[in-house]
Order: sequence, then C-alpha cells, then structure tokens
Amino acid sequence: MARIGVKEKEKKITWKEVKRQKVLLIWSAAIVVYGFIFYYLPLGGWITAFQNYKPKDGLLHSKFVGLDKFKFLFSDSTFLKVVRNTVAMGVINLVVTFVMAIVFAILLNEVKNTFGKKTVQTISYLPHFLSWIIVTGILHDVLSGTGIINEMLVKLSIVDQPINFFAHTTYFWPIVAFANVWKETGWNAIIYLSAITAIDPSLYEAASMDGAGRWAKIKHITLPGIRPTIMILLLMNVGNVLNAGFEIQYLLGNGLVKSVSETIDIYVLKWGISQNDFSLGTAAGIFKSLVSIILIVIANQLAKRAGEERLF
Amino acid sequence: MKKKKSAADKIFVVCNTIFMVFFVVITLYPVLNTLAISLNDGIDTIRGGVHLWPRKFTLKNYHTVFQKQNLLTGAYISVLRTIVGTFLSLALNAILAFIISRKKFLFKSQLSLFWVITMYVNGGLIPTFMVYNGLGLTNSFWVYVIPGMISAFNMLVLRTYMQGIPDSLEESAQLDGAGYTVIFLKIISPLCKPVYATIALFVAVYQWNSWFDSMLYNRMSTKLTTLQYELMKLLSSVMQQSGSAEAAKNAAAAVTPASVRAAATIVTMLPIICLYPFLQRYFVTGLTIGGVKE
Repeated sequence: MARIGVKEKEKKITWKEVKRQKVLLIWSAAIVVYGFIFYYLPLGGWITAFQNYKPKDGLLHSKFVGLDKFKFLFSDSTFLKVVRNTVAMGVINLVVTFVMAIVFAILLNEVKNTFGKKTVQTISYLPHFLSWIIVTGILHDVLSGTGIINEMLVKLSIVDQPINFFAHTTYFWPIVAFANVWKETGWNAIIYLSAITAIDPSLYEAASMDGAGRWAKIKHITLPGIRPTIMILLLMNVGNVLNAGFEIQYLLGNGLVKSVSETIDIYVLKWGISQNDFSLGTAAGIFKSLVSIILIVIANQLAKRAGEERLF
Repeated sequence: MKKKKSAADKIFVVCNTIFMVFFVVITLYPVLNTLAISLNDGIDTIRGGVHLWPRKFTLKNYHTVFQKQNLLTGAYISVLRTIVGTFLSLALNAILAFIISRKKFLFKSQLSLFWVITMYVNGGLIPTFMVYNGLGLTNSFWVYVIPGMISAFNMLVLRTYMQGIPDSLEESAQLDGAGYTVIFLKIISPLCKPVYATIALFVAVYQWNSWFDSMLYNRMSTKLTTLQYELMKLLSSVMQQSGSAEAAKNAAAAVTPASVRAAATIVTMLPIICLYPFLQRYFVTGLTIGGVKE
C-alpha cells in the first residue's frame, strides 16, 4: 500500500516555492474541501448514534442518550442474528472465492494452447462486469422450477419434485457463495496470473531437469511464487469481510429466508430509512466500521509477525 | 530439450481441459439461457425446457421492453450518468494523482494521508444520507456523479503510473517556461492514456451498474431512476407475480413478466458485452499496477 508518512528530505515552505506551486495548491485545496464535505462530514453524523435523533430537532437539539442505542442493539435478537449472517457469509465467500481464484489461475496457467487460454480468460471476466441485478435475475432463471438445475435433478431422479431453492433457509448461503464464485473468479484470477508470469522461468526449467512433475512444480515453485500476492490480497479482503453483505442478500432475500439472508447493512437500511430510526441505524453502522478496522489492524499485525508484506 | 510426456502428465492435461470446458459452460450457460428465453414466446417458456436456443421464436419481448417508458427513461439516465460521471471522476482523480506524484509538492504526504484514510473509514449509510439530503442532492441527477468522484484506490493506481514517468520530462518543460497546468495537460496526460483508459473503464462499469443510489435517493423521482433500478423493479414484480392490471396487459400481448425481464436483462448487459473484450488489456494493466506494485 501507499507508503505514507515516510519522511522525505524536509521540504521548506518558502514564499518562492508556494508561488511556484500556486496551481497545485489551489487545486489541492479545492479537492480537500470537496473531500471534507463528502468523505469526512458524514463522520460527524456518528453523533446521532448517541442521541435520540429526531430530524425536526436536528443534530444539536436531539436528546443525548449515551450508549442506549448500542445496548438496545446487543439485546436485540434480530441484530445478533444479522451479525451472525454477515460474518458467516463474509467468511464463506472470502474463503471460496479466494481458493477458486487461485486454483483457476494456476490451472489456466498450465493450459499451453495460447488461443484456448486467451478465450477461456476472456470469457471468465464477463460475469464481473454484470451488475448484481442481472446476476440475481439470471440465478432466478437457472434455479427456477423449470430451470436447468431442477430439470437435471429431476431427470437424474435425485429429487421427485423441483426444489424451490429460494424458499428454504438451507440453500441461501450456498447460493450466495456460488454466485460470488461465478461472478468474481475470473476477475480475481487476473492478479494471480500476472504474478505467475513474473516467476523466473529458469526455476521451472531447473525443476524439470531434476525430474519434477507438474504437481511438484505447482507446489514448490508456482505457489511459493505467488505467496506474497496471496497474502497482500488476503489482508486487503479481511477488512472487507463485513462489507461483502448487501446487494445480493438484498436482491435474493425474501420473507421465507429472512432469518439467514439479512445482513448488518440490510438491518441499517431497514431501521434507518424505512423505520426512520436514524440513531439505531447509525449505531449499527458504527459497529460494523469498528469491527472492520479492528480486523484490518489484527490481520496486519499477524502478517507482520509472520514476516509477510503489510498494508501499512 | 526432448519432450517426454509421462502418463500422469497426459491425465493432467485431459482433466485440466475438461475443467476449463466445464468452467466456460458454467460461465456462459446462464447468460445464453437468458438470451434464449428473451427470444422465446413467453407462454411457451413456462412449459420449461428452453435451453440455448429459442423454441418458438419471437421478438415480442423486446418490443414490450422498448415500449416501457420507465425503461427508456432509465436507459437515458444511465447513459448520461455513465458519461458525465466517468468524465468528472477521471478528471479529478487524475488531477489529484498528478499533484501527489509531484516530488516537490509541499503537502505531498499530508494530502495522500487525507485520501488514504477514506479507503478505510466512512460515515456509513445513514449519516451519508443525511449529508446528501442536507446538501439538496436527493431527488436530483447530481447525486449520481458528484459524491464519490474521487476513489482513493483509483487515484493510487494513477499516481503509481505517473511516478513511473521520468522527472526529466517535467524538468525540461519547466526550463522552457511551462507551468504545472501545461505539464499536466501536454506532457503527463498523453503518456497516461493507457491507465486513463483503465480507470475510465472501472468507473464507467460502476456507473452503469449502479442501482442502490437510485433507490435510496431518487425513488420518488421517476424521471431520474436508472436502468438497473428499473430492471430490479421488474425482477421483484416477477417474483411477486405482479399486479393483476399488469398481468392482464401482458396476457394480451402474449408476453410474461419473466420473458420481458429476460429481454430487459439482455438489453442492459449488451453494452458491456460488446465493449469489454476490446478493453481487456487495459483493465489487466490497471489491476496489476494497483494490486501488485503497491
């Protein structure tokens, strides 16, 4: 990541330099003002989590209630369930998409036919560019009563009646995991593929001389070669575990699977926008942000201890 | 060197080929299936068994889509936000990256830190909503393009690329009396074309695919909703088997909500499918700079 805070040669602020950099300074001032309004000002809204915020009273005159909203959150069984769902789906998705991308990258790299390789790769990116709206629509077609999955299951006599995949809580997490794998495997593999290309080819030649087979080469050269990339991407994604839970869950969820489909973000949306309890919604949002930051710091420390690359 | 293929090697090649074919089928089948459904007679589709090829070919579904005013307005808004949003975002990120990549800039590290923090901390849904509401951005087109113009990640990709451009170019231009504006527009930007294309692609796809901001801020203004959001409404109406008035209208036209939705889905993904194979090399470069070099 960005190496900020690295002290360069102390720059002296002189009038001459300021004058010379006038254009840069004006633009950066304008951009900072913009950033302050759109990226930092919302942080001020965190105050509402400690208030009984009423829009008519505004931020300044709403009643201060301390940690009441947080206490309510942690005694609310729906919220606890929502946290469980978010963590479970976040972790499952992280693990399966990660493993699949690495496996796909390694196997694609083993394809020696250049045309075939290029074609497969081009096709593999496609789903990344489709919105979740489209992906969930497609999922509905594939998994519907007349869709291909049910058709095959019935034909192979695995089930007698088509399964209504969207009506059972058992299927929800696997469907979400599969959708994530389908959408992102090819895209996530790009970075690994370019990391594999950067591995010194002489290593492979030397291994062949020593009689190493494909598996041995994958295990002892390719995997260690992309290890730093894997680690850095893992680090970047750990902090996002709780962020990976909105669009698909919102779009695929329905009353029947509510208990496993709703995530923290959906909870925030429901309480904040639909029920107009801004304070509770903000409190849940703050909880999510804090956990994310803690996760990033922990992951970073672990990486540091293991002697791996770090984010900051 | 002589090629010596062991049995294990051959088995590996066969299995790998099968895996790749399987992967391609899994990736393409759902898309092609939707295409077939969109071209098939709606009532006929209900019988099931439509896979890769329409059984009873019709263009009625598309006809219905192009008559829906909300989809047409949505498409217009989506195109507009993609063009305006991509332009503004690219311009601002490039300017910021240019400033931060100047070695002599006085507040270089402070300005980087200011933006890197935004990658990890944000106010969250409700406070953000309150700010946008306070600024009068709700029920307005500008909510799509003004907030979020700067993405710290994209900016860092641009910065890394600009740092790779030799300083001597800037220095010799300065000796000729060129100011920073000229250096940015005439020297750095032309050299950054590939990375500009990458970032423009990222932003354009994001803009085209956005629906949540439309639902959150503009759901009351039917003239401002995006195509994706309209598609989502179509999807949920299919799931709830839609209102009876709509159903009666559809029955008269011999289309079903499911097949109309399939047609709308195809229309929505068409621009992306047509464009992305040509832009491949750009996003591969971009991702590599952004992810590995940092």
